[in-house]
Amino acid sequence: MGFVANVNVMLKEGIADPQGQTIERALPALGFDGVAEVRVGKRIRLEVDAADAQEARRRVEQMCERLLSNPVIESFEVDVEQ
Amino acid sequence: MSDRVGIVVFPGSNCEQDCAKVFGDMGAEAVMVWHGDSSLPDVDIVVLPGGFAHGDYLRTGALARFSPIMSAVREHAESGGLTIGICNGFQVLCEAGMLPGALRKNAGLKFLCKWVDLRVENPNTPFTSRTTKGQTLRIPINHFEGNWYCEPETLESLRTNGQVVLSYVDNPNGSLASVAGIANESFTVFGLMPHPERACESLLGSEDGALILGSMLDHVSAKAGV
Repeated sequence: MGFVANVNVMLKEGIADPQGQTIERALPALGFDGVAEVRVGKRIRLEVDAADAQEARRRVEQMCERLLSNPVIESFEVDVEQ
Repeated sequence: MSDRVGIVVFPGSNCEQDCAKVFGDMGAEAVMVWHGDSSLPDVDIVVLPGGFAHGDYLRTGALARFSPIMSAVREHAESGGLTIGICNGFQVLCEAGMLPGALRKNAGLKFLCKWVDLRVENPNTPFTSRTTKGQTLRIPINHFEGNWYCEPETLESLRTNGQVVLSYVDNPNGSLASVAGIANESFTVFGLMPHPERACESLLGSEDGALILGSMLDHVSAKAGV
């Protein structure tokens, strides 16, 4: 069966995010106040064959650990569409 | 019989010619090794040069570690062969798990292309034997993602083992503990963000890079009993 998975990869908490900081500083210049803690990550969408959603999740998590994220500096979340 | 240096070329590598030239000037024989080959030619030293292997797609160095040549590079390092990763090469070695840590975007989010002063933290490695402790080396950097990071416990153990080989005198990119170059536990693999191959001719501003590359040739010659 084919499943659609979405992966969100973010820098781990505590790791400085200069892109996020730059965006955070730019938003007030456009009139958006009250914005804090901007962090920038990446989203990867993929379709994967699996017997069920659980196996699909497991396979995608393995892909995250081995390639899609760098475990030294990034964390990930996997969402599998039923 | 001169020392042989294998320079791995990935799609997107762009510093291989400079590496070949300076090793050639130092009396070694440089050969280009295509990333798609599954074995290395008979070489004493392996160089992973600077550039943008695989376009830095996904993450810098992330895809290059899967190139067929990398198993041979790993075996070469494990059997005591010297491997140096320069800039993008350092990024590839970290992603491949052959060196600890990861390289992030520069703290100031600027692409840095300038001369920097490095401090020799450990002169007792095959990569720094021509230097002395605390010596300043003037070598250029040229990168956007040179900000080295590792978990704090890892840093402690690296420092204790002497694996922090070079540091920035004036940290340009936010690297943890101003680390500019590190080695693996057995000191067969060395990665650094600065470009020693661009500091081998006084005409171009510095010959300090030759101290690093020359140390490697000395090590090979010593092993060969020359």
